[in-house]
Amino acid sequence: MNIVKLIDFFRDRLPTVIKFCYGVLALLVVIDVFVDKEHAHTAIEHLPGFWSVFGFIACALIIIISKWYGHLGIMTREDYYDE
Amino acid sequence: MNDFWLHPALILIIGSFMLPLIKGPAKKTFLLLVPILAFLDVFMMPKEGIFGVVQFMDWQLTFGRVDGLSLVFAYIMTLMCCIGTLYGLHVEEDAQHIAAWLYVAGSLGVIFCGDYLVLFLFWELMAFASVFLVWFRRRPESLATGYRYLLVHAFGGIILLAGFVLRYQATGGDLSFGHLDVESPNLYTYLIMIGFILNAAVPPLHAWLPDAYGEATVTGAVFMCAFTTKTAIYTLARACAGMDILVPLGVIMALYGVVYAVLENDSRRLLAYHIISQVGYMVAGCGIGTAMAINGAVAHAFAHILYKGLLFMGCGSVLHMTGKSKFTELGGLYKKMPRTFVFTLIGGLSISAFPLFSGFVSKSMIVAAAFSEHILWAAFLLTLASAGTFLHTGLKVPYFIWFGKNNCSQETWDKAADPPWNMQAAMGVAAFLCIFIGCYTPYLYNMLPNKEVVYHPYTAYHLSESMQILLFTAFGFFLLIKKLAPEPKISIDLDWFYRMGARGFMWLVRKPIQTIDTAWGEGYKVMGLTPLMTVSRFWSWFDWHAIDGVVDGIARSVRSVGGVVRRLQSGQVQYNLYYAVSFVALMLVAYVLC
Repeated sequence: MNIVKLIDFFRDRLPTVIKFCYGVLALLVVIDVFVDKEHAHTAIEHLPGFWSVFGFIACALIIIISKWYGHLGIMTREDYYDE
Repeated sequence: MNDFWLHPALILIIGSFMLPLIKGPAKKTFLLLVPILAFLDVFMMPKEGIFGVVQFMDWQLTFGRVDGLSLVFAYIMTLMCCIGTLYGLHVEEDAQHIAAWLYVAGSLGVIFCGDYLVLFLFWELMAFASVFLVWFRRRPESLATGYRYLLVHAFGGIILLAGFVLRYQATGGDLSFGHLDVESPNLYTYLIMIGFILNAAVPPLHAWLPDAYGEATVTGAVFMCAFTTKTAIYTLARACAGMDILVPLGVIMALYGVVYAVLENDSRRLLAYHIISQVGYMVAGCGIGTAMAINGAVAHAFAHILYKGLLFMGCGSVLHMTGKSKFTELGGLYKKMPRTFVFTLIGGLSISAFPLFSGFVSKSMIVAAAFSEHILWAAFLLTLASAGTFLHTGLKVPYFIWFGKNNCSQETWDKAADPPWNMQAAMGVAAFLCIFIGCYTPYLYNMLPNKEVVYHPYTAYHLSESMQILLFTAFGFFLLIKKLAPEPKISIDLDWFYRMGARGFMWLVRKPIQTIDTAWGEGYKVMGLTPLMTVSRFWSWFDWHAIDGVVDGIARSVRSVGGVVRRLQSGQVQYNLYYAVSFVALMLVAYVLC
């Protein structure tokens, strides 16, 4: 049951965990400024934090576009195929 | 020793025939022994060569073409067969194990075959064995789902058959299964490719996959998610490498699966849509066709079999224990199923290509190959899809089953617990391998077919890039989590056309055509049959009483002779023989005397 205790430990300190996560996100962007971009494939990737923006926009786009598409009528009641 | 070659499929086929004969405690041992023997057989196999060549009519059939490409696929498939069988060890019904093994045998047969006839034989074995893994769920809808699955695969099989028969004719009798001429493709090249990509679930030929995998048995789905699509990837890597059309098809797949995964409420159907997405990377890799891209496709297939198996085992455990697989009926289960949560999370991190997990060292190879071939749009879109992968499989699945709003009924909550030891052990093995592949790259890279390719996934830039994409996706997930809340809905996919199309056809048959037929029958009866019968009855009467009675009496004599003969014919053989022999004897006597 150690796993449950560990999870509960973090859940009890949720605000701290969230702050820590924001710190990690910020740190990632800062590190990216100093990373050797020799392996970059395109010019745009040299912008610091390019992939952070890419990741965030990708996530938002996927959720919004998919839900919009689903609510066009693609999502329907569960017994749709029942006769 | 080096000349000895035994087809691993043969071990599984013989094993499945012997299984019902084994009784008692030995059965569990036997269940584990057979796939392990098949795995060892592949492991000890000579690294290169042509074996199992059989002359059949005019054709030379090759059952055992062993090379780098076929070996790595056979290795992971027999390994997955061991893990899957361990996962299903508690299943008492022999037929389920037999179906699974024959299905794996079909895959192995395709992997090692050297010509299209043998390929077709095992291709169909795969479809016909795996459909039982759906039927054994034994829900009312399982039967219909199974038939749909079978019909779609039968259709794909026929296209494949048409393709290689046309090729046979065009090339003057060439049945060998090798690289097709993708530079100047013919009709048959496309037909063969369509046959293959149907099994790889490339849209618009993909709807069978979530339909069947969401409905399969808990253990059946673990097998199904590993073999059909990956065997198709093997055939594409073998025959269609470098076929340009596969690149856009693969990218569409990768995104298509992601979109439907957002909408999906059933955890196993969500995972099934993510198979489409992940196989999209492999199809694109086959389409790029360079040595690195093929290595990437193979490596990703290898990693995918393990982590997708692990994910299906995790969600399958939840279904096995609680009887539920929908997010709207689950939630907050981390207290009840903590180990299953950890295993599923490892699968989720692997599929999302987190550093130190298997997807990181395999998926990036395909994206890197796209970048180095300057197919930038494909590379960026595949990267975008990988954000979606983490979003669903890494975040949505664990969050809405083990955390989130607790939608469990009291009954579900009471039943929830970590699954039996064998299921946990299987998940443990798969989870270990997912991390091992991610941490120790030579294990996988040394098995890849193109040895000359050198690829290093752990560069500072690649690490920075991946972590940014993944963690900012997670950021987006938690910001937009309200929009992602599961809805108790199903999403209409392209199977609508054949599900509702069939219904339309049934309606057409039942309503208009049946009505016309009934009306026609009635009309015929009134207008045609009754007068005809009246006329016939008159002529019959006339014939009997007028012609026979008045003129010659033949009919009456025949009838009375017939009555006598009928009494002689009792129908028993000995009487018939007796009469026949007596008649012959009489004739002989008459002949001699006269």
